[in-house]
Amino acid sequence: MQKNKLERYGSASNSRSHKLKGYGSVSGEREAGHVYTVSEITQKIKTLLEEKVGEVWVEGEISNFNSGPNGHFYFSLKDQSCIIKAAMFFYANRGLKFKLENGLKVLCFGKVNVYGPHGQYQIVVERVELKGIGAQQLAFEQLKKKLAQEGLFDQAHKRPLPLMPFSVGIVTSAKGAAVRDILQILKKGAPCVDALIRSVRVQGEYAAGEICSAIEELNSFGGVDLIIVSRGGGSSEDLWSFNEEAVARAVYGSRIPVISAVGHQINTTLSDLAADIFVETPSAAAKIIVDRKNALLSEIADWKHRLDFSMKNAINGLGADLIALKHALKSPSDRLLEKQQFLDELLAGLNYNIRHSLELAKERSSSLIQRLGVLSPLAVLSRGYSLSMIIPKEEILKESSQLKAGDRLKTVLHRGSFTSIVQEVFRDEGKTGI
Amino acid sequence: MKEKPVFEEDLRKLQKIVDELSSGKLTLGESLKKYEEGVKIAQACSFTLGEAQRKVELLMKKDGKFSLEKFDDTDEGEEA
Repeated sequence: MQKNKLERYGSASNSRSHKLKGYGSVSGEREAGHVYTVSEITQKIKTLLEEKVGEVWVEGEISNFNSGPNGHFYFSLKDQSCIIKAAMFFYANRGLKFKLENGLKVLCFGKVNVYGPHGQYQIVVERVELKGIGAQQLAFEQLKKKLAQEGLFDQAHKRPLPLMPFSVGIVTSAKGAAVRDILQILKKGAPCVDALIRSVRVQGEYAAGEICSAIEELNSFGGVDLIIVSRGGGSSEDLWSFNEEAVARAVYGSRIPVISAVGHQINTTLSDLAADIFVETPSAAAKIIVDRKNALLSEIADWKHRLDFSMKNAINGLGADLIALKHALKSPSDRLLEKQQFLDELLAGLNYNIRHSLELAKERSSSLIQRLGVLSPLAVLSRGYSLSMIIPKEEILKESSQLKAGDRLKTVLHRGSFTSIVQEVFRDEGKTGI
Repeated sequence: MKEKPVFEEDLRKLQKIVDELSSGKLTLGESLKKYEEGVKIAQACSFTLGEAQRKVELLMKKDGKFSLEKFDDTDEGEEA
């Protein structure tokens, strides 16, 4: 029967008459050559598809996803070569734990139907299951993305831990290993720290709610410097409460800084991401406090050292000043001697200066006398020159124009003098070289 | 008693004193006073951190009211 049907579908396009005949034989009532209206043929196809194909499971990838204003989803399912329209109405999709989105590989269960107004066939999806990735994992990834977009994991929101948390609130099960690990490390390493435990269930359906209220209660109780939200290791299902949106928001919303310490290395929960600091184990959370205490202690020791050093420096500096001042201080008699010596020095200087000036003056006068001797006319006469004057005017004779024949002259020699009478005068005969 | 604001205030004071003293601008009298104060604070802070008087309590809430219960952390109870 099934085989026959397929054969008929397969050959449907071969010839109209054949097709009509074929359909005719299926419906058993139409005659060959009957002309359908569009509605008629659509109705026929609708009946055929909806009855003969009906409910199916279809595997494919979601594309063209969009949700209508009434909360209905419309999308396509596709594989490498084909595509089919799909609709998932609100009544069916409201129970979905994850969001449908393009690219998601899914298994859909639904009913094929025909939507006459668009001439389209589609599958009306009732249920969706994920292929590959688990539904919980997908929900986790989607929630993580959403919270990240809201900024819950932003570094900018992370608050610094208090300088020293003296009172630590612990949100975990009072019966669990986590609380014992934390307390033990604090007891050994930082016994100055008080612990305030708010016991909660850390798995199961009520865990998330209890964790959220515990965080809020520790905030409102007061006096708590730091909150550790913690749980020991377990399967990812065991840790699931710490992935719930409400827990992530409670951790983010805490006014007191939060350390999240859930599970082991491999599990990073949304609570971890929303916390101010997250560590891999409960012990590591306690160790942060111990380390902080030790760091503070050594810092204080260092400061104390610097205090001692500065004080010693100050005292040594003052000692050195004292010695310098002592040197500067002198007795009055020392001072008198000093002045006397200074005076002696001045006197010695004075004597020298006077002697020096006298010598300078003597030297100067003898050189002047020498120069005077050189300039004396008598000195010239000693070298053979003579000096003549006209008598009686005693005018020194320099050129022949002063003379006329018959003038009387007096001539002075180096030694002695004589008079003479001019016989003849020669003018303008140039300089007479000797 | 370890009041957190006091402790943090003390630490800030201590740091300030250390800075002032190492600046070398104080008189001997001032230096001595600061030094004494600084040493006192350092000792107090170290003492606070070294204290072993811790409390471990369970915070309970009943009918909207908080109460504290002693928590016995020496108890090696069942594993979770």
